[in-house]
Amino acid sequence: MNVRLIFSIARSLLFARWRQTLVAAVGVTFSITMFIALLGFMTGLNDLLDGLVLNRTAHVRLYNEIKPNEAQPISLSSTYKGSYHFVHSIKSVGSRQRIYNSGAILQALKKDERVTGIAPKISAQVFFNEGSIDITGVVNGIDVYAESQLFYFNDYVTSGNSTDIAIVSNSIILGKGLAEKLLANIGDVVQVTTISQERFPLKVVGIFQSGIQEFDKVQSYASVSTVQKILGEPNNYITDIQIKVADIDQAPSMGREFAKLFNTDAEDIQTANSQFETGSFVRSLISYAVGITLLIVAGFGIYNILNMMIYEKMDSIAILKATGFSGLDVNRIFMVIALSIGLFGGVLGLLFGFLTSLAIDQIPFNTLALPTITTYPVNYSPAFYFIGSTFSIVTTYLAGWAPTRKASKVDPVVIIRGK
Amino acid sequence: MNNIVTLQADKINKRFHDPVTVHVLKDITFSVYGGEFVSVIGKSGCGKSTLLYILSTMDTDFEGDLFIGGENMRNRTEQQLAHVRNEKIGFVFQFHYLLSEFTVLDNVMLPGLKLGKFPEEHVREQALHKLDQLGIKKLAHKQANQISGGEKQRVSIARALINDPSIIMCDEPTGNLDKVNSQIVFDIFKTLTQEFHQTLLVVTHDPEFADKTDRIIEMEDGRIIKQ
Ligand SMILES: Nc1ncnc2c1ncn2[C@@H]1O[C@H](COP(=O)(O)OP(=O)(O)O)[C@@H](O)[C@H]1O
Ligand SMILES: [Mg+2]
Repeated sequence: MNVRLIFSIARSLLFARWRQTLVAAVGVTFSITMFIALLGFMTGLNDLLDGLVLNRTAHVRLYNEIKPNEAQPISLSSTYKGSYHFVHSIKSVGSRQRIYNSGAILQALKKDERVTGIAPKISAQVFFNEGSIDITGVVNGIDVYAESQLFYFNDYVTSGNSTDIAIVSNSIILGKGLAEKLLANIGDVVQVTTISQERFPLKVVGIFQSGIQEFDKVQSYASVSTVQKILGEPNNYITDIQIKVADIDQAPSMGREFAKLFNTDAEDIQTANSQFETGSFVRSLISYAVGITLLIVAGFGIYNILNMMIYEKMDSIAILKATGFSGLDVNRIFMVIALSIGLFGGVLGLLFGFLTSLAIDQIPFNTLALPTITTYPVNYSPAFYFIGSTFSIVTTYLAGWAPTRKASKVDPVVIIRGK
Repeated sequence: MNNIVTLQADKINKRFHDPVTVHVLKDITFSVYGGEFVSVIGKSGCGKSTLLYILSTMDTDFEGDLFIGGENMRNRTEQQLAHVRNEKIGFVFQFHYLLSEFTVLDNVMLPGLKLGKFPEEHVREQALHKLDQLGIKKLAHKQANQISGGEKQRVSIARALINDPSIIMCDEPTGNLDKVNSQIVFDIFKTLTQEFHQTLLVVTHDPEFADKTDRIIEMEDGRIIKQ
């Protein structure tokens, strides 16, 4: 009822006092801008930091843990069932890191629709020989194509070509820290000694930098077949199967399922990296808290300005009421004013927030630890824009509630008599 | 004048309680008939304005009964009373209360748009017609705060007329005007009653003005002493 009339009255009142209106709207604009920019930037950083680890972590990793057999012979014996076992110092024997039947497992995983990618891997403990010193390290045998696709491996290869390890035989990509320790450069040959004292020369075809220094000091990559050769193992020897799944929340249950099915150990990403999630959660929480505080401050600004406006418009409210507008109509008129301020300020805030994000995105950000990053990271998730606009409307509604109520309760007799 | 009662006050009493109780209106009983031009006179402070606020349904805190068009105004919601004011009552104040954010034409149109009985175009034509009748059509598109006092009072009369109310109430409509403008306003009222049979209830403390009306209700100290 009378919607058009209410809007047109609200508009006239607003424009009659456009300076005040603008100040109130600028308050909302500023807070929404900051909210969007802050959350975009913080989340960008969060994603970056999480990505450092999570991008390179399989959702589910199948491997064999070296541990004593859970089914000890004595517990298999029915004679001693229900008795307490006094057998101490059980040892792990036949330490088999290899995954049995890896070919069949890979086949089964490829058919599984929940699995989006598989990358086999071999980890081998080795010594790198530099003159008379031995440096401990790890050579990872990888399928460089799968590894690049699933874990962005080639993003981290800062010099050389990642695919060379698949093409050049007996080649290796060294972590940056490790290469510095070995004084090795691309084209050089490094000596690798396995635990079983076999010695191999490997040609350096690339250097990679992960962003985690400790990691770069010990890790190196070669092709699966090269590592199999170093270890003197057959070509079905694999120690790890890395799996990416479609729904990351399913990872723990799928891990348990695969462990049982394939008779291996399984580690899921949530268990392996719970501390990172806590970190991101706290960082997001802080950003939201700051952003929402800004909005509440803007809300008080709107509250003040509406109060002032209603105080100035007492006469107008009295006339409206005397000529037949009800308290509800007056209430609606001022609510439309409040919400227009919120909407106008909010939309501008979203726009400026987006522009600020774009600006932050242009600021150079070079750090040795993050070779792939050149500017500050920004996240442009529509969720922030949605939350920002919802909050601007909700805040203005709440800020407008009390003044609007006051306006609707104005007694025209008091105003008219008081003149 | 006809014999239909437009407005009827029955034993209206009003007390203010701040901080001591003052009995401002005492047993006010009278009727206004359709087409009548009635004036209420009395010394300043005798309760004329207070009475008018009650009769116009803006003040509901009183004892007694008020009938407008034969209907009792007791126990009505704020919204229902607003509707009664909108449809049946035109109000002209001593100080020309116009909305300064709007043009003259908008000011006149607003109660008509609020009533919503006719489309906007029709209300606009009506408003222009009323302004024309009062000789201020040329001011229609001026901002309400850019016209003179006499003109403002004529605009508020046009606004009071827009919904063809059954009664127009005025609280000292000429109290703030010079002789010439007072005469213009009086002539307008006269025309309204004589030609359009508009019912008018005008509070004034100007005996000259009152003398020229159909009937005078004289108040003293919250009572009607003569009518
Ligand atoms: N809100 C109020 N509280 C207390 N007394 C009031 C109030 N409003 C008016 N009065 C008193 O009521 C009496 C009548 O006032 P009013 O109706 O304005 O007189 P008039 O219009 O005839 O000059 C005056 O004595 C005035 O002081
Ligand atoms: Mg008075």
